[in-house]
Amino acid sequence: MRILFKTSYLDDIRLIKHSGTSFWYGLLVVSLILAPLLLAEFYVGELSQIFILAIAGVGLMLLIGYTGLASLGHGAFMAIGAYTDTYLISKGVPFPIAFAAGGILAMVAGVAVALPANRMTGIYLAIATLAFSQIVEQVIIRWESVTRGFQGMPVPAPVLLGHPLTKAWEFYYLCLAVLILTVLAAVNLTRSPTGRAMVAIRDSEISAQSLGVNVVRTKTIAFALSAGISGLAGALLGHKLKFISPDAFNILLSIQLLLMVVVGGLGSIHGAIYGAIFVGGLPQAIALMRDYLPVAIARTPGLEPGLFGLVMILSVLFEPLGIYGRWLKVKAFFDTFPLYRRSTFKRQRSYLKTERVR
Amino acid sequence: MELLQLIVGGVAQGCVYGLVALGFVLIYKATEMVNFAQGDLMMLGACVALTFIGTMGLNYWLGFLVAALCMAVFGYLLDAVVLRRIIGQPQFAVVILTISLGFLFRAAAGFIWGHEPQSFETPFTNRIINAGGVILPLESISMIVGTVLLAVLLYFFFNYTRIGNAMQAASQNQLAAYYMGIPVKRINSLIWALSAIVATIAGVLLSPVSLIDPSIGFLGIKAFAAAVVGGFGSLIGTVLGGLIVGISETLAGRYLPPGFKEIVAYLIMLIVLMVRPQGLFTTMQRKKV
Repeated sequence: MRILFKTSYLDDIRLIKHSGTSFWYGLLVVSLILAPLLLAEFYVGELSQIFILAIAGVGLMLLIGYTGLASLGHGAFMAIGAYTDTYLISKGVPFPIAFAAGGILAMVAGVAVALPANRMTGIYLAIATLAFSQIVEQVIIRWESVTRGFQGMPVPAPVLLGHPLTKAWEFYYLCLAVLILTVLAAVNLTRSPTGRAMVAIRDSEISAQSLGVNVVRTKTIAFALSAGISGLAGALLGHKLKFISPDAFNILLSIQLLLMVVVGGLGSIHGAIYGAIFVGGLPQAIALMRDYLPVAIARTPGLEPGLFGLVMILSVLFEPLGIYGRWLKVKAFFDTFPLYRRSTFKRQRSYLKTERVR
Repeated sequence: MELLQLIVGGVAQGCVYGLVALGFVLIYKATEMVNFAQGDLMMLGACVALTFIGTMGLNYWLGFLVAALCMAVFGYLLDAVVLRRIIGQPQFAVVILTISLGFLFRAAAGFIWGHEPQSFETPFTNRIINAGGVILPLESISMIVGTVLLAVLLYFFFNYTRIGNAMQAASQNQLAAYYMGIPVKRINSLIWALSAIVATIAGVLLSPVSLIDPSIGFLGIKAFAAAVVGGFGSLIGTVLGGLIVGISETLAGRYLPPGFKEIVAYLIMLIVLMVRPQGLFTTMQRKKV
């Protein structure tokens, strides 16, 4: 077990806590960079899909895991990003600008949702975001001059510096770069005053307000950043799918994003990444399992959403901290080897906290 | 005449929203959980009724009763086995849990009953009453009458029966109810059973109008709008909220450009949330800092 000896306050918020961290993350980045050389094209494509999900997951994690605001409508922000990006590219705008515009427009939409949402809490907010996503879906279906409705739009390959990224590995590096930048931005945010204010609001809005945190402003920032990041992920997803239609961004996508942050582990950036690996890998796992399952079960169209539901139920009931929480437990077990105590992670006994006065 | 006809249709549709929303509100008042799977409970109720009435050929009323009883047991067990474990965790956990339950129900229903839309014969299917120039489909009338009857029954149940009083006590103050010797846990499970019965009634009343398939549970999202407009508080307010949503939806489908029919419920809800977050007909106070 490594004992960290802290000699200044800055040690608490240093990004790289000790040399082990830099070694392992460096190794991870190097192996991700080398991956396209070693893997078949199919897996490179799957990895970029996971990266895209992870970007959106980081965005949602900032909102749900760090600020404690539930959103059931993040698929809508992804849709806004994807449609803005595609529409602008079809009008001749270069990819980097269109990509950024997708993020910015999603961000604006996020602020538009956040302003009324600041008056709501918990359950009302979740319902309002759900309603928002339904409205966005209808707008996409009906606004045919821009979105072409149900016909959908083909998405051209992104062009960077005059070079179209048509090959799988080229697109892979684009996604990887965006993911690394997003994660760095998110990690830096969480150790900044704004990020700490978010966590304070999550843990107790009343205490945060009493300590001088501007609740409305912080919540709006959280919403805007989260929506903006999701918009970027949506634009990338459009390029990955090469074709966007209203069906691609329905409520199932929002639920998948939710599943990612919950199963991965609420309240940690790691959780968003683990969740993305899980959600991105599950369809593959199902495809592999299909051969071994009875035909009647394997061919059911609703199998995937049903499994998603089942996994979410089990994880909420038995491992509320998600995959990352389980990993922390395993690590603690080996760190303290013969002395591990189960009660270290035992949840405090909790009672119904009411939101009502009477 | 046309307007009147539309309004009758809207009221009938609104009654279904109101009934599903009643299920939300019953559970919310008692346990402060919002059951995002209520629409899917309605779907399950309709599917169970389909099995008894359509497949097994039971009499409509008998099949209705058996389906409601089955769903009541299901609702009770759902609370006793799954949802009770989560009391005390953040409300968000409940949201996730019930959403995932909804997905699981939908997958299970697709597995058991298939994804093809189905229907069964009811005494109200395709029969009309001509009341002074207004043509009233009997199925709409059955929805309206059923809702009114159920509302009256629930009123008497909550005010004049021991168990109804106990439910009211438990939802007003759990701790005090517990001290008075009310078995709060069992009461909560019974409320889940009651709300599953209400959902079944909604599903069976809806079945002549809309074919039954696993995705009719999405109607639950619109019922949310009804519950929010009604304020998640009083039962009457909830039904009125359902009526507002149902009528405006029908009118929007006729007089507004296409697309508005689908979103008018959400627009009303968002406006209510912005202007009067506690709902239109509520008596409940929310905590303020």
